[in-house]
Parts: sequence; C-alpha cells; structure tokens
Amino acid sequence: MKSKLNLDPNIIDSARNAAANIAEDVQTFIDVHTTTATERTVARLLGIDGIDEIERPLPNVVIDNIKEGGGLGRGASFWIGNAMVQTGDDPQTIAEKISRGEIDITRLPITDEEKIKEVIYPVAEKTVAKIKANREKREEYIRTLGEGQQPYIYVIVATGNIYEDILQAQAAAKQGADIIAVIRTTGQSLLDYVPYGATTEGFGGTYATQENFRLMRRALDEVGEEVGRYIRLCNYCSGLCMPEIAAMGAIERLDVMLNDALYGILFRDINMQRTLVDQFFSRVINGYAGIMINTGEDNYLTTDDAVEAAHTVLASQFINEQFALKAGLPEEQMGLGHAFEMDPYLENGFLYELAQAQMAREIFPNAPLKYMPPTKYMTGNIFKGHVQDAMFNMVSIMTHQGLQLLGMLTEAIHTPHLHDRFLAIENAEYVFNNCRNLGDEIEFKEDGIIQKRAQQVLKDAEELLKQIDREDLFSTIERGKFGGVKRPRDGGKGLDGVCKKDTGYFNPFIELMLGGER
Amino acid sequence: MAEVAKVDFTKVKPYGDTMNDGMVQLSFTLPVPDGDEAMEAARQLVKKMGLEEPSVVHHADLGCQYSYFVVYAKCTHTVDYSKIEVPKVDVETMSKEEVEEYIAENIKRKVVIVGACTGTDAHTVGIDAIMNMKGYNHHFGLERYEGMEAINMGSQVPNEELVAKAIEVNADAILVSQVVTQKDVHIPNLTQLVELLEAEGLRDKIVLVCGGPRLSHELAKELGYDAGFGPGSYAEDVASFVVTEMVNRNLI
Repeated sequence: MKSKLNLDPNIIDSARNAAANIAEDVQTFIDVHTTTATERTVARLLGIDGIDEIERPLPNVVIDNIKEGGGLGRGASFWIGNAMVQTGDDPQTIAEKISRGEIDITRLPITDEEKIKEVIYPVAEKTVAKIKANREKREEYIRTLGEGQQPYIYVIVATGNIYEDILQAQAAAKQGADIIAVIRTTGQSLLDYVPYGATTEGFGGTYATQENFRLMRRALDEVGEEVGRYIRLCNYCSGLCMPEIAAMGAIERLDVMLNDALYGILFRDINMQRTLVDQFFSRVINGYAGIMINTGEDNYLTTDDAVEAAHTVLASQFINEQFALKAGLPEEQMGLGHAFEMDPYLENGFLYELAQAQMAREIFPNAPLKYMPPTKYMTGNIFKGHVQDAMFNMVSIMTHQGLQLLGMLTEAIHTPHLHDRFLAIENAEYVFNNCRNLGDEIEFKEDGIIQKRAQQVLKDAEELLKQIDREDLFSTIERGKFGGVKRPRDGGKGLDGVCKKDTGYFNPFIELMLGGER
Repeated sequence: MAEVAKVDFTKVKPYGDTMNDGMVQLSFTLPVPDGDEAMEAARQLVKKMGLEEPSVVHHADLGCQYSYFVVYAKCTHTVDYSKIEVPKVDVETMSKEEVEEYIAENIKRKVVIVGACTGTDAHTVGIDAIMNMKGYNHHFGLERYEGMEAINMGSQVPNEELVAKAIEVNADAILVSQVVTQKDVHIPNLTQLVELLEAEGLRDKIVLVCGGPRLSHELAKELGYDAGFGPGSYAEDVASFVVTEMVNRNLI
C-alpha cells in the first residue's frame, strides 16, 4: 500500500524495534512470575467452576488453599495434578473437597512430576480442544451466515440485567449492529474474583459471569440466524481477573475482548507487575481462541489532550502490538485502539483526526483498528452531538477502521436509551454507505497539513519509544508518561497476588496454546 | 405589514416560527410494534401531555416490537415568566488571578480542596475539568491556582473515603462530581455524603459543592449542599464561590 501520508518507513521500523525491545524487557519479568489470577485461570481451564456455600468461587478456594500452603510458585497444575494422582478424583471433585475442608492440597504426599503431567495434560488438552472447536464454530458461522462489512458497527448494552441486555442486544442486531459489548458493572475490575451465575442487578453495567456470557452468546446466535449475519459478542478482559475472563470468554465463544496491557495500571490503579503478568496469559488465551482484542489507548485522550498527547497513543499501540505478538496473538486479532477526541472548536481539527486515523491504518495495516467516539467534548446538545458522531463516522470510513464503537448523541447525559442506539446505527450506516470508497479516491496534498501532522506524531512517538527503551517500561509509567497518570511499581491493587515461579513450575495451557496446532 | 407580536411575559409559551404557536418537538419510544396503531398511541399520549394537534412526522421499527417516534405538537400551557425566581450561586466570578489575590489578602493561607467523582460514577471529565492542571477549554484547573492545594481523588470514590481524605488533609472544601449515573443513583449518593459529614460534625466547617450535567444550584441546595454547578462552569466559578463562602462563613 502506497503511503498517503508519506511516512518514513525507517522511522516506523525504528519505533517498532524500540517497542519490541521494551516488550522483550518486560517479558523476561513476566516469564519468571505468576499470579493468583493466572493460577485461578489454570484451575478454570482444568474444569473447576462453581461456588462454595458462602458463594466463594471454587477457583479462588483452590488457589487460596495453594497460596496459604506456600505453593503458588509451583503453579496450580502441579498441585491439582498431584491431588488427582493421590486421590483419583477429577479437578472439580478436588476443588469441592478443598472447599469442605476435606483436603489441604499442599499437604498431600508429593508424587513425581512425570505422573502429574500424565494426568494433567489429557484434561488440559480436552479444554484446549473445546476452545479450538469454538473457534471453528465461529469460522463456520461466518462462512455460512456471513458478517457485516468493516468497520463493524459496535454498540454497548448496559442495563445491569442480563435478560434486559438480551432484549436490547437483539434489537440492536436487528437495527444493524455487528458487535454487542455488554459493559461490566462498575467496580468489577477491582474484584479479585469472578461472580457466578446469571445476574439481574448491576450499576452502569452487568456483571461479567460465565453464565451471563453463555446466555448472551445463545441470544446473539439466535438473532444472527434471523438477520443472516454473525453477531459478535464483546466483554472486558481487564482488571484483577483479566486472564480468568479470557478463559471464560474462550469457553463461551466470545469474539472480542477489551484487553490492554497498561489500562488497568493507569486507570484502575492495579499494580503494574500484576497486570503485565496477567495480560500475557490472557492474550495467549485470546489469541488461541480467535478472539479479537481491543486495546484502550482512547482512554489517554480523555485524561490528556488529544492533540498534544497523540503520540502517546501511537507509542502505546506499538507496545500493545509487541506484547500481543509475544503472546501469539496474530495481527488480524489486534484491535488497536484510538479515538476521535479533539476539541470540536479546533480549527482544522477534522484534518488532524483524519491524519491520526490514516496514520494508524498505514502503520498497522493488518490490524482491525478499534476507533472510539467523541466523549470528552460531548455536551447536552444532542443535535450537535449527532453531527460530531457523523464526523467521527466519516473519518472511520475514509481510513478503513476495523471496529467502530458508535458515538451516542446522548453521551454525557445518560446510558443509551433504546432509540439513542438506533439513531447512532442509522447515522453510521448512512455515512459508511454513502462514502464507502471515498478514502480510496483521494490522496493527501504533499507536505500539506494532514501529511505533516502525521509525520510529526510518528516522529514524537518514535522519540518517546526510544526514551522508554533506554529506561524501561516500569519507570516510564512511574513518571506518568501515559495518560498523564503516575503509578508506582509497588503500588496499586493486587501486588500480593504476584509471585516468583519456583523451579518445576508448569502451565500446560501456555505450551498447548502457543505451540499447538492453531 | 403587521408588526411582530409582542411577548407577554406573564403568559409565555413555546415559539416555533410564530408568536404563541406553542410548537414543541418530542422524540420517544413506545414498547409496541410499529404501525398505524402505534402512531395513534403516540398521538393520544402526546395529547395527554397537554399538547394539541400532535403530528407524528417520523416513526421507525426498533426491531424488538418497539417503535420510535418524532412528534410535533402545540403546547396549550403558559408560564408567568415575570414572577420566576431561580436561586443562583450568588457570587461574582473572579478570574484566576483575582481568586489568587483574594486568597492572599483575605485567607492568608493555603485553601485545601478535595474533589472526587463519587459512588459508582466512573466519568472523571467533570472533576478533571475543574481540578486538573490543564483544566478545560482554556480555563486552567484548581491545581494550577496559587494558594490552593487541590486533591483530585479520581473516579468511583466511596463517600467514606472522600470524608476520610477531607479529615486527613483538613480540607476547606469538598467538590463532588456526578456525571453519568444510572437510575438516579446520584441523588441518594449525594445525600449520603451530607449525612456522613453531619455525623462527623464537619458539615458546618466545610464548603460543600457538587457539580454535573444533571445538577442545578437549586437541587444542590435541596440536597444540603452550599452550591451546585451545572454544565458550562469552569474552575474560576467554583473557586470564586469557595473562597468567598469561606470568608463569609468565617472558615478562615
């Protein structure tokens, strides 16, 4: 593809190399650590589910038992496998016995590692096969039913009640939505467990539970058959349970997951060591399950200025790309994020937005870019807001974005009403259809405003990445380079769940998902 | 040519393109399938709202046996504009420099302000616009004010934590932002903060201010706040109020 922006490929390569070094540096840290959430994920993938009598999820019960026995560093696979050998029970029965106090998992006699692997691998392989079957089922649906054209129309439901969400989601699919995201209840990202069962109460969103995933999946398959289009389901793979949500999503065939390497650190004050270790396993799972991830760079622009901080978005996209590659997540599943958040009164602001979006398109040609709507400068003037959203849709179709999270004219007033979503879809469909190939027909003036802006942002991003490479990612975050938010290495939530791996640690899923047949 | 009709301020009604035509535009959804019956339902409903001659200019099927309407109609009611009194934040807004000068002259110490977006609300745009260094729309935030110590606690802060922080730093004022809340939870949430402050015996010693798109000064007063700031307010509006209130109430 010829660059419309006349971007210097050497600068792109240099920025990408710096990002690769940064990710490599962090990966050496990740490789020797594990976390409670990572091990709970292993427990889930080994088939442990359900809750005890005080509604504690069994994966938490098991990992807490391992942690209390000082065994977290050996990993859940070792202890569960050992218990399987010693008791002859399956993982779920073992978990139930632990919850009743009948077993203390780290106090059982220890068998040799060969035997443990002999019993664990068949169980792990079964789950991995199930996830693979889900991926194939999605592919088959897309082959037989078809799918919407990119940019996929992406809308959010957020009633708090999964059954009401289903009604709204099905309505949105009939109106033209391609992706339904069920926004999570406020504060779920800070829970150190995943709630259980179908839920009907939440604030600003609905609990992410495996049962809620299953119910929504079924509803979207149903409506997809009806409208003759595969409808993708999205949830939020972030927070203290990041990899557990990935596992649940892989098992219930979600298609899209918000999954950012840095978001939790910056915007939810989750400890950076915890998040970086957790994001790795979550991306391995998402990658294997064929789930498209969405990164959260748009958030930098709500806390920082969209014009001044544009290069931090690009720098973060480069870093997210490298972390994703490390986790075996192909470019086609990298929904790198950015947003249309410049002040609408800025002269030629549309040109800068266009430059930014086109730049991302050219630098990440195979990534289904996730484009986020205006929020910061949305007011109660819904009529003007509808025009802002139309301008946003225009940039998207001109630059071939992958996923379009639709702006709502009532942004900044309330969570979307049923017809707000309808009007947003109508707006997007109109602009997308009416300007479908506009971008292919036009070139930008050499050394004009658009070209120069993109070149400058790229140069600034390269500079920032080189600077981070000279120090390291941890200290860069400590100094507030992203989103203007400063986070200390040992601060934030969830640090007590981080643990160094012991010798003999193993996680069969990393091996099966990264090395196995894809 | 006839003159343009004069406005009667004792009997004001909506203006479309002719004085007193009463024209109003509405849009809403009814949980019934789109069709003639749905349009008739919309018309009848609009009539019950005190509007005449409803005209459904647009209707659409929302895809789940619900339908959407855009309706124009004429309002039959009037209000007496000449008798209206709205409580307002009764302070002349000073510029940033004037506020700084005012603090130096009248308070003579640092003014400590704690702010947060409380309860379930995760939207920090409002509190950031008022407090953060950069401010909003070229109006610098309180963090940049000389003579002020502004602490922005961010989003989803429980009222208990906010009060604890206010006690810890000996705050002169608390700013609470409520932007997007579901099913009106901002009302009980704002009320609970007042109750907590009263229980701690702090309410009288602190300037308590709330802000957000669905908050007015009147509602704020009703809820037990000293002031409420709606959309379009900047840091200097809030700062002017806080420092003047401190002096007026002798909280120096």
